[in-house]
Amino acid sequence: MAPSKDRRPGFSRRAQYSLFLAYILGIAGAVMGAVLLALSTFQPAAFAMLRAGVAELTAPVSGAVATGVRWLSVVPDTIGSYFFVHDENARLRAQVERSSRALVIGREAQLENARLRRLLALRDRTGEVVVAARIVSTTASSTRRYGLLNAGSWQGVADGQPVSGPEGLIGRVLYTGPNTARVLLLTDAESVVPVYRLRDGRPALAAGRGDGLIDVRTIDTADGDFRPGDVFVTSGTGGIFVPGVPVARVLHKGTDSAPARPFARPSALDMAIVHRAFMPPPPPAPAPAPSPTPTKKPAADADQ
Amino acid sequence: MTLPSQRFSASRLSSARRPFDEPLTPGSARLLPWTTVMAGSLVTILPWGATLALLPPFGLLMMLAWRLLAPLSLRVWAPALLGLFDDLVSGQPLGSAMLLWTLSFFLVEAMDARSGVRDFAQNWAIAAVSIAFCLAGGRLVATRLGAHVDSVLLLQIVISILLFPLAARLVAWIDLKRAP
Repeated sequence: MAPSKDRRPGFSRRAQYSLFLAYILGIAGAVMGAVLLALSTFQPAAFAMLRAGVAELTAPVSGAVATGVRWLSVVPDTIGSYFFVHDENARLRAQVERSSRALVIGREAQLENARLRRLLALRDRTGEVVVAARIVSTTASSTRRYGLLNAGSWQGVADGQPVSGPEGLIGRVLYTGPNTARVLLLTDAESVVPVYRLRDGRPALAAGRGDGLIDVRTIDTADGDFRPGDVFVTSGTGGIFVPGVPVARVLHKGTDSAPARPFARPSALDMAIVHRAFMPPPPPAPAPAPSPTPTKKPAADADQ
Repeated sequence: MTLPSQRFSASRLSSARRPFDEPLTPGSARLLPWTTVMAGSLVTILPWGATLALLPPFGLLMMLAWRLLAPLSLRVWAPALLGLFDDLVSGQPLGSAMLLWTLSFFLVEAMDARSGVRDFAQNWAIAAVSIAFCLAGGRLVATRLGAHVDSVLLLQIVISILLFPLAARLVAWIDLKRAP
């Protein structure tokens, strides 16, 4: 293929000027991009409205395609499930028998727990469900991990609310449009969730790694003694995440941090429930009213 | 098994304009590269349930294919606007593709000016350099350095480079319909 002759416009002034102008515009575009990039780096919420506006248009398309894909994917699933029904039935019966004893113990513990809580007059805050919606797409070509939820501020979704699926925590709402909301997934490198270990209640932080896994870190200098199979659930510290939602299971041994696999797999994200923030941030303190008369009180203090 | 000549004539019959068809109007011929690049960017809105970011940046692939196969189809100020649109749908910080696509366009310009007659392999190499530059730059501006995304990024770069011939084929097919 021959090199383009575009760079040698000949003697035509018009061609020369238009080529020059094109390059000026190109450089201006790059500078503009650099400025926007700096703005969005230092103030990530700056263009949320613009992005939410575009998401309003793309979410219905994503949703419609997802519905089509679900319809089609039902066919092989249904056929496949016929072949294994007998084995699955036997396995499930055995599992019910094994777990019936644990169920009784669990019921007892629940009753006792409720009684003790009544004795303590503990005031519980339960996360109210805002809306159940679908995650219609995730950012598949970017290193950031975001999901797009097809419910927004018109459905009551607000910034910072936790989003969980049937398997466990999915993430939290970053910003909302009228009908869509951008969700920061657990596995994003910027996501940090306060958790505790089910085994002994030890608190930890679950920080996303960016590669589909989560790093569970200790919050102090002591040995965390993370073992494979340790299950971590949200602790509710910080007031955003509703406590008790499963987050991740540790994969390898670790002392101060260990990789863990989240329960909610992004490849299986479908239905999601948005909860109200566990303890929403307090309203901004009212500005102190200027005292009308700066009287002798300061003078009296000075005397002392 | 078809002979290459048969395949060629078949593809010509199916893809190119037939002898007495009118060519596209200048306006829509000029708009066509833009719409195809934007359609490439919009691939990200399909319902991908992605654990890892392995989807190639189809908008960038289409843009590079247009630039390398039909140099006059996109002016040097086009990648800034196309990149802005890509940023809005891709989840990258706003302005990153705007900057990186324009820079890679200048990179292609520089290599174009210094190369003589090129074959497709050389075009592919130029596209590979640009793709690697844009994806690595996008990773640097979007995610902090400590994140564990680099091996996945490398895989994404390789997939994108391997898919470039497909984008080039598509662009060539569209360009046949477009050009007079």
